[in-house]
Amino acid sequence: MPANLDELIAQLPTFQQFMFVQVALFTAVMALLVVLARNLFHNALALVGALFGVAGLYALLEAEFLAVSQVLIYVGGISTLITFAIMLTRGMMFGDTSPNNRQAGTAAIVIGTMFSVMAGFLLQVPWQEAYVELGDGQAIIANLGRLFVNEYLIPFEMMALLLLVVLAGAIMLARDHMIE
Amino acid sequence: MVPITWYLILAAFLFSCGLYAALARRNAIAVLIGVELMLNAVNINLIAFWRYGENVENLAGQMFSIFVIAIAAAEAAVGLALIISVYRNRKTVNLDELDVLQG
Repeated sequence: MPANLDELIAQLPTFQQFMFVQVALFTAVMALLVVLARNLFHNALALVGALFGVAGLYALLEAEFLAVSQVLIYVGGISTLITFAIMLTRGMMFGDTSPNNRQAGTAAIVIGTMFSVMAGFLLQVPWQEAYVELGDGQAIIANLGRLFVNEYLIPFEMMALLLLVVLAGAIMLARDHMIE
Repeated sequence: MVPITWYLILAAFLFSCGLYAALARRNAIAVLIGVELMLNAVNINLIAFWRYGENVENLAGQMFSIFVIAIAAAEAAVGLALIISVYRNRKTVNLDELDVLQG
């Protein structure tokens, strides 16, 4: 009898799996809302939810820095930017604001096929699952910082340059020329 | 331990949703939202492969994801600035009405 009980316990989902299913379901529902809701503002709100879900997945995968930057950059930055753009373009807040175009039906069929092929493929491949348990001082944020100023210094500086150019370029593009 | 396949299938689902938004929506902002969703799906894959790979120590997957996030932020900023600029000139952001370059 105890052996049976042990087997039964071994078959139960672990806490991690339980959390994953919850976060994954939330993210998937939000992603569907992003695509299917008729109102553009609801799309943007659902996007915030989906991005939070992705941050939860990062936390589950023990990438803490990414989880935090996801919330800061996406939820705090990009979502605000999108909301501003929606409010700046006329009458986007109420009613059916964002209908689909003519190729929606074809796109749905193609993407449904693509997803089922991709899912079948993903289930077939024997993925490598080393899954090393992280010990103390392994894969911590300090190591990330050290990598940024050693091996990845050039990409890091290029990124800084890119962000500066984008900052100036976006202001130039969105500026109201009438004010001058 | 969560099987890596679960992460990959969720990422594939998010990517499909984003691709549908990018292909089938009329509003330019909705298309941009779809692109953001696709970039997030790719990031999930990168992090999952990093965590389940053998070299957890070298953090390559996390580095890649951070660069992807930075590029995505830049893309969103310029994209939305372009949309606002187009809206100012044409009074619409529906992609099928923007056909100036069509011969």
